[in-house]
Amino acid sequence: MIDVLLHALQNLFTLTNLGFMLVGVTVGLVVGILPALGGIAGMSLLLPFVYGMEPTSAVAMMVGLLAVIPTSDTFSSILMGIPGSAASQATVLDGFPLARKGEAARALSASFSASLVAGLFGALCLTGIVIVARPLILSFSSAELFMLALFGLSMVGVLAGNNLAKGVAACALGLAVGCIGTAPAAGGERMSFGSLYMMSGIEITIIGLGIFALPEVIDLLRSNASISSTGKLGKGWLDGLKDTWTHRFLMLRTSGIGAMIGLIPGLGGSVSDWISYAHTVQTSKDKSQFGKGDIRGVIGPEAANNSCAGGNLIPTLLFGIPGSGSMAIFLAAMILIGLQPGPAMADPNRDLDLTYTVVWTLAIANVVGTAACILLSPSIARLTTIRFVLFAPFMILIVTFGAYQATRSFEDLIALLVVGLLGIFLKRFGWPRPAFLIGFVLAGQVETYFYQAVQFYGFAFPLRPVAIVIAVLTVVSVWFSTRKRKPTEPLDPAIEALDELEEESKSVVASNIWPQVIFTGLTLGWFAFAIIDGSSKSFLDKVFPITVGLIGVGASLLVLWPQLMAATGRRKIGGSFNFDLDANRAADFWPYVAWIVGFILATGVVGFFLALVGFFIGFLRLVAKAGWLQTLALTVGAVALILVLTSILRMNLPGGLLQHYFYDALVWPLR
Amino acid sequence: MIKLSRRNFITAAASGLAASALLGPKALAQGPVDFAGQTIEWWMPFAEGGGSDVWARFFAPFLSKHLPGQPNVVIRNVPGGGSITGANEFVARARPDGLSLLGTSASTQFPFLLGDPRVRYDYAKLAPVLVSPTGGVVYLPARFGVTSPAELGKITGEELVYGSQGATSLDLVPLLAFRVLGLNVRHVFGMTGRSDGRLAFERGEATIDYQTSSAYLTNVLPLVEQGDAVPMFSWGVLDANGTVQRDPTFPDLPHFVEAYEMMHGSAPSGVEFDAYMAFFGSGFAAQKPAMLPEGTPEDIVFTYRKAFEDAVNDQELQAIKGDILGDYVQAVGPDIEKLYAVATSVEPAARDWVREMLTTDYQVQF
Repeated sequence: MIDVLLHALQNLFTLTNLGFMLVGVTVGLVVGILPALGGIAGMSLLLPFVYGMEPTSAVAMMVGLLAVIPTSDTFSSILMGIPGSAASQATVLDGFPLARKGEAARALSASFSASLVAGLFGALCLTGIVIVARPLILSFSSAELFMLALFGLSMVGVLAGNNLAKGVAACALGLAVGCIGTAPAAGGERMSFGSLYMMSGIEITIIGLGIFALPEVIDLLRSNASISSTGKLGKGWLDGLKDTWTHRFLMLRTSGIGAMIGLIPGLGGSVSDWISYAHTVQTSKDKSQFGKGDIRGVIGPEAANNSCAGGNLIPTLLFGIPGSGSMAIFLAAMILIGLQPGPAMADPNRDLDLTYTVVWTLAIANVVGTAACILLSPSIARLTTIRFVLFAPFMILIVTFGAYQATRSFEDLIALLVVGLLGIFLKRFGWPRPAFLIGFVLAGQVETYFYQAVQFYGFAFPLRPVAIVIAVLTVVSVWFSTRKRKPTEPLDPAIEALDELEEESKSVVASNIWPQVIFTGLTLGWFAFAIIDGSSKSFLDKVFPITVGLIGVGASLLVLWPQLMAATGRRKIGGSFNFDLDANRAADFWPYVAWIVGFILATGVVGFFLALVGFFIGFLRLVAKAGWLQTLALTVGAVALILVLTSILRMNLPGGLLQHYFYDALVWPLR
Repeated sequence: MIKLSRRNFITAAASGLAASALLGPKALAQGPVDFAGQTIEWWMPFAEGGGSDVWARFFAPFLSKHLPGQPNVVIRNVPGGGSITGANEFVARARPDGLSLLGTSASTQFPFLLGDPRVRYDYAKLAPVLVSPTGGVVYLPARFGVTSPAELGKITGEELVYGSQGATSLDLVPLLAFRVLGLNVRHVFGMTGRSDGRLAFERGEATIDYQTSSAYLTNVLPLVEQGDAVPMFSWGVLDANGTVQRDPTFPDLPHFVEAYEMMHGSAPSGVEFDAYMAFFGSGFAAQKPAMLPEGTPEDIVFTYRKAFEDAVNDQELQAIKGDILGDYVQAVGPDIEKLYAVATSVEPAARDWVREMLTTDYQVQF
């Protein structure tokens, strides 16, 4: 085994192979830094060139790209609050507040160093586990996967913040949104309004952009400053490295979680970063800064998503089961160069050397990629000091273009808008968005694996040994997070409550509670719709949405009842039920929402390209009050960016009525 | 078809002569067809990286090489809606100038055959230029003691379990096959790919499975060699007359029809078998067709068929086709029509029977 490992290293260290790895790393850096694009876009760029290449070079190039993306996509998560990929959504929660505090440099270096160590950890796992991975993977059947999904859901308690009812309701909301589309068991279409677009459900990319990025864009526009509220970059690199060192055990634990989740086919990268985030919160003594810029909230998920990429390669190579979209393309590319994944990849006499080439590439590319990210970041981090109104149109461009990558249809933009509005109100009324996300990413798994486990093992499936272990883990984890809360309470509840009350009364306790009542009422309506829509489906397809709907109705009512009491003046209620970020602020977000709606509507009429030009000129002149020269320069820059991206990716931009009726008369990029 | 709707009229008036001269070769090419300097878009209603995407990407450079003028051939992925979206968009947008072609797969053909109301494409109107077959092998765990299809009668009393991707997916073919054979199979849905089903088999959850040829060779053959699994039959291929023949990859394995005869002593017949044959044809024997839009001039269709014929005969392609095309004979040239018809049509009686069966037994709502 050792000689195979060394032989693989020798193979890799030829000038050609290292050169191709660097090509992969470079593409990965560029694609990762551009927020709208991720691994799938990067792999599709490389795919045409892979054809006919020598296998080792091709593998080195692709793994170079795969290794770097979870590191480089951190830039947009931390600096702009735009999730760089589905696997770095949790990073936004604390990374972006750090950037806003002016600590972008610290957050980036902590994240990169954690990513590097975790990436090497992932490569190490791959080396050791690949030989014995087969029985390990086979021991995780639908029953165990369902228990793991439940374990994930139990994290809602940790992610719910200070109001459990809102947390459960938000999670149920996520589960209900995850029900949209073709059901796994009997194939019925749920809550799809008969639309072909909704048939495949709402893509996670759109959920991430809508729930996190759009609300931030609107908030930043209202505050009318730069992203970094101090206008500076603040504390720097060394602090970040020190942070990673201080929290080294956290980093190693979440690396382990990431590698494990990557290794088990069927859970996926987006689950790994949420579970690691929850684990990070759960095991921290002082939880007060999470969501407001706690460095541990960056280190945890960033370590996990890098080691997950390594773990993910195991089911891809050994079973041909891709754990993510980019792995699916990696698999396709392997088949194009004549490599069929299978047990031979772990056989020392056959393709094991290729697997070890992957390992070495993963390790070396992680080092090279991290170095490049660190070199690049001082200049990229400067983006956070630009006056935001000038930067905002670019962010809106990036968010819409990113959403469009989901299925490349105009409906993606509509979905983004709807999800974005939901995100704005979840944030405003203090409904925990992480709980929503964990519900959404686990909806499919919970339903599919429950159904399959019952079909394969009957209702006794939780009694399988590994399933019992996971169940015990879940109970311990829940107990752990409830236990941690108690010791802080008896300290001096009265004073603490007083402090909280005072602070809240200044900002978030609304005198007019009706907007919150309406929002809670709407969620209730959505759950009712899930139940009604579900009941028209066949038995297997209705069980899950109806269950989720009932839980949601219950939780929503628990929130609505005190709110109604307060609204009708019968009772005063505490901070977590009456929570409105806009309580003492003019509701001036509608004009900005209107700009985004206008942009998307204009796209629906004249297509993305013309709408973009109009939006940039209009926004920069009217909102940013920029001069004509600046306006034109920025607009030309945006247009150039879009043209380069679309021509490289060989895609058409979202079309509107103009394109519908005059398609034949138009030329790219108008069509 | 001379039906000038208001929309067409406006389009025509607005685009005018100048635009049509500007864009691509004229629809009715006068001289020999030549694509020099042009870009051809091969529409793919699936995301990057799927089986059909790999198939098109494999063919693209050879198509480019053998089309007159060596045009640039690019793959354009239009995913979503289980591939209905992309195919719908193709028939609405692609013009019959030889610059767009469409590649589809069973997931696109089945909704059409089943009469899904959201389908707006009609295979009968498109012009096929290539049809690629594929195949697969059905296998059982060794512990049943069934060594050949002749002994399948031993396990008709037992409930077998199959990990399926859904009753209307490509797994409709095994569903129909097991039914025709008279096997008692419970289908557990929600698998996200055939490799998922194979994993369930290896864990012992599923007790009957099939894999496509290349996956069978790499992943199931080791199980067979260890004595854990036993191959039963292949799906087989269709010859130019539409008769089922043995799969060239597995010449020693009986095909489905032979297996039926070995098990029951007579040839299969009846509406169930007709239904099976229609969906087997569309799902395997002619799984991936490439087509030009409705109304494409004869000379362009001919040029394409010739180009694919030359591509398939290209020594270079034969040398590297490996698992992507397998040993299957690619239908090109004049042979194509018959196979294409098999893949894209179904007798109304058989269709109604399948719809009825899916509704009553599997709660599929049409």
